[in-house]
Amino acid sequence: MILGLTRSWSLAGYSIAAVIILPLIALIVQAAFPDEAVFSHLFDTVLPTYIANSLLLMLLVGIGSLLIAVPAAWFVARCEFPGRRYFQWLLLLPLAMPAYIVAYVYTDMLDYAGPVQRALRAAFQWSSPHDYYFPAIRSLGGAAMMLSLVLFPYIYLLARTAFMEQSSSLLHASRIMGCSPWRSFWRLALPMSRPALAVGVALVAMETAADYATVSYFAVPTLTTAVYDTWLGYGSLTAAAKLSAIMLLVIFTLVGVERFARRKQELFQKQSALNDSDRYRLSGFKAIGAWFYCSALLFLAFLLPFIVLTGYAIEYFEQSWDDRFWQYSWNSLYIAVLVSGICLILALILMFVRRVSPRSTDSLPSRLSSTGYALPGTVLAIGVLVPLTYLDFAINDVYDWFGARGPGLVFTGSAIAIVFAFSVRFLAIAIGSLENSYKRISPSLDMASITMGQTPQQLLIRVHLPLLRKGLLAGALLVFIESMKELPAALLLRPIGFENLATYVFQFVSDEKLEHGALAAIVIVFVGLIPLIYLNRSLEHTS
Amino acid sequence: MKMVKGAAVLGLACLANSAMADDALTVYSYRQAFLVEPILEQFTQDTGIKVNVVFAKDGIAERIAREGRLSPADVVLTSDFSRLMELVEKDLVSPVNNEVINNNIPEVYRSPKNEWYALTMRVRNVYSSKERTGKVDINYEDLAKPEYKGKICTRSGKHPYNVALVASMIAHHGEADTKTWLEGVKSNLARKPQGNDRDQVLAVKEGMCDFAIGNSYYYGNMMMDENQKSWAEAVYINFPNQDNRGAHINVSGMALAKFSPNKDNAIKLMEFLTSNVAQQAYADVNMEYPVKADVKPSKLVASWGEFKADPLPIYKLAENHQAAVKLLDEVKFDL
Repeated sequence: MILGLTRSWSLAGYSIAAVIILPLIALIVQAAFPDEAVFSHLFDTVLPTYIANSLLLMLLVGIGSLLIAVPAAWFVARCEFPGRRYFQWLLLLPLAMPAYIVAYVYTDMLDYAGPVQRALRAAFQWSSPHDYYFPAIRSLGGAAMMLSLVLFPYIYLLARTAFMEQSSSLLHASRIMGCSPWRSFWRLALPMSRPALAVGVALVAMETAADYATVSYFAVPTLTTAVYDTWLGYGSLTAAAKLSAIMLLVIFTLVGVERFARRKQELFQKQSALNDSDRYRLSGFKAIGAWFYCSALLFLAFLLPFIVLTGYAIEYFEQSWDDRFWQYSWNSLYIAVLVSGICLILALILMFVRRVSPRSTDSLPSRLSSTGYALPGTVLAIGVLVPLTYLDFAINDVYDWFGARGPGLVFTGSAIAIVFAFSVRFLAIAIGSLENSYKRISPSLDMASITMGQTPQQLLIRVHLPLLRKGLLAGALLVFIESMKELPAALLLRPIGFENLATYVFQFVSDEKLEHGALAAIVIVFVGLIPLIYLNRSLEHTS
Repeated sequence: MKMVKGAAVLGLACLANSAMADDALTVYSYRQAFLVEPILEQFTQDTGIKVNVVFAKDGIAERIAREGRLSPADVVLTSDFSRLMELVEKDLVSPVNNEVINNNIPEVYRSPKNEWYALTMRVRNVYSSKERTGKVDINYEDLAKPEYKGKICTRSGKHPYNVALVASMIAHHGEADTKTWLEGVKSNLARKPQGNDRDQVLAVKEGMCDFAIGNSYYYGNMMMDENQKSWAEAVYINFPNQDNRGAHINVSGMALAKFSPNKDNAIKLMEFLTSNVAQQAYADVNMEYPVKADVKPSKLVASWGEFKADPLPIYKLAENHQAAVKLLDEVKFDL
């Protein structure tokens, strides 16, 4: 790029990156401290089980969501059947459902005391659990199923795009060579979409690794719950940091896999895409089968939990519609707005530096600042608390030195800790969104503005900003919804006595009475639906 | 630019939120709101001292430790004994030598150094199915016997209530025997430890198991709850070890935070919590046994009959707490 960017812009970029990776560094430093034998005790007893559970869960959820998502994506992308257009976006809805809520609803139904087993017992006159076998829903397998049900849309979305973007000439060739739809799926479409599927599975596995609520509700001990318990149960932050380091190792391996897969993916997808007439027209049983599959999936993953939740919310409306509901909604809202604003501004600075700087190293800040997304909430919380506590004490020490009374716990005692953690975790989303938008702005516009004597600030405000509007909006929306949903970081970092919608709902889930928190849960789901609609629209425009 | 301004305003608002009024007391509480709030309101009415109370299920000790000398906490209320010990172990409390409190709380229910005080007590008892087993004479030791295979339900072994029970077993039998006992209990479980104490009673009602381990006050609380009354009615409450040492007792309690910014008022609150008014409220609202000698349990609780309590001093449990947690891990009780 020809624009000589002033040093102060790059400096701003590097400063932002330094603050954003601070938690990661703090975590690694903390993990290096000795820890009074807590970790070695864990290592000798339960840790191997925790690690095995975590890995097994990631594997099962990966396979589970793959099996669910690929057929759905294939039907929607490559076949024509009644309702296809609607299923295209309806199948994204489960993303708005927090996994622990789906888990709760199914546990209520499938547990020993639930309606399904009660009906079975009545029908066959069984009287105790020894009379028959019924798989336990509160188990590793159960957790894997619940997580697959809400996470499969990630793979579905990527697979659908991959199937749609596969070259139509290849498809025609396969037809001419006499390939049946099945053969064409197995021999062409599936192998060609492998990179996209790998990215999807990696994403799903990362989300699974970060899940705290579902596994804790199901009493399936994993690394995430172990971090939580070690910190608060054994009271050892250092041992918790060591566990976190193990988890990060697993996650960064996944990120590596994802990167590797994505590198290949670009090669595959630069060809002419499919159009409507290339779809296989399903008729008769096949059409019914495809319709039934998509409907069942939608029903199980979204409609059923949603209906149950709405039922609860109506039944308990009187008790739920109180001041606290408003207070917690407000807490969720202002934090989400604040975090979206911060992420947007930071992402804009980082991406602007990357765009116009003549120095190739200036893309480093934006890349470093994207690593936060890989930190699960529990792990991030530790990384955030360590430096903020240090800062709090430093501020008060300065006051003391001047003989004045310090302001107390400015950072860790207020919502600032949560805002910081969320910003670190979700900045990557805003950066990604802007990165895509920037790709669509021709560099010649930048050059033209420079020749017309615009300063970098003017270039940003008068040229880039108006053109980035959509990307900014999309980024802000996605950060907003993630901030509304994020649970473990909020649980660990909230000022004592502070609740937002997510912690409020989870408290009811862990007390086995979601009924009372259903209204708040519905709000989370509804807020989550907004960006999905937007996301789908923008996808349709591109395809 | 509007957005930047908006963000700045919101940021300031959230800073302002954190600042609290100076003279008010801050109570960190493991105990639930519905239980503590009415009692604290009474205190504010009587004395004019405002109380900000904040609740958390876990992590309070860890938080106070991290907050150090900057902690705003004045008084900590815990729902069980091990949390009190955790506070003492981490050196987060300051001793109170107050005549009023010492007169109200018998010696066995407070720390020898006045570092903490019990406020209420409860029995960790064994519920049994009315339909399938009837009322039973049972010892905690029996729960490991082979004839109970597949018949016992309990919450997570790591829950403080269960940890305290295991600690008392270690105090009486030593670590090796307790480990064997834990292995026996684990192999008798009808399902993996899960849920809370009430869920275990529901599981008995539903036929999942015949015996459930649980705290006594839940029996009363379930009786008072329209939806859960039928659960409680499906079981008997049995006080264990009545023919020998007596039933294991756990306590809820309070401690003065080491760096309490407002010690004088904090001690006033602590005095109030040991008074007849507050003790009676604990007994009536949460169906627990008051520690103050002249305060009677609620009628419902009294109707369960007298019981013999394990005379092991509460603070003796402390010495075995860590060992109990480790044993639970070693036998993989929850896995």
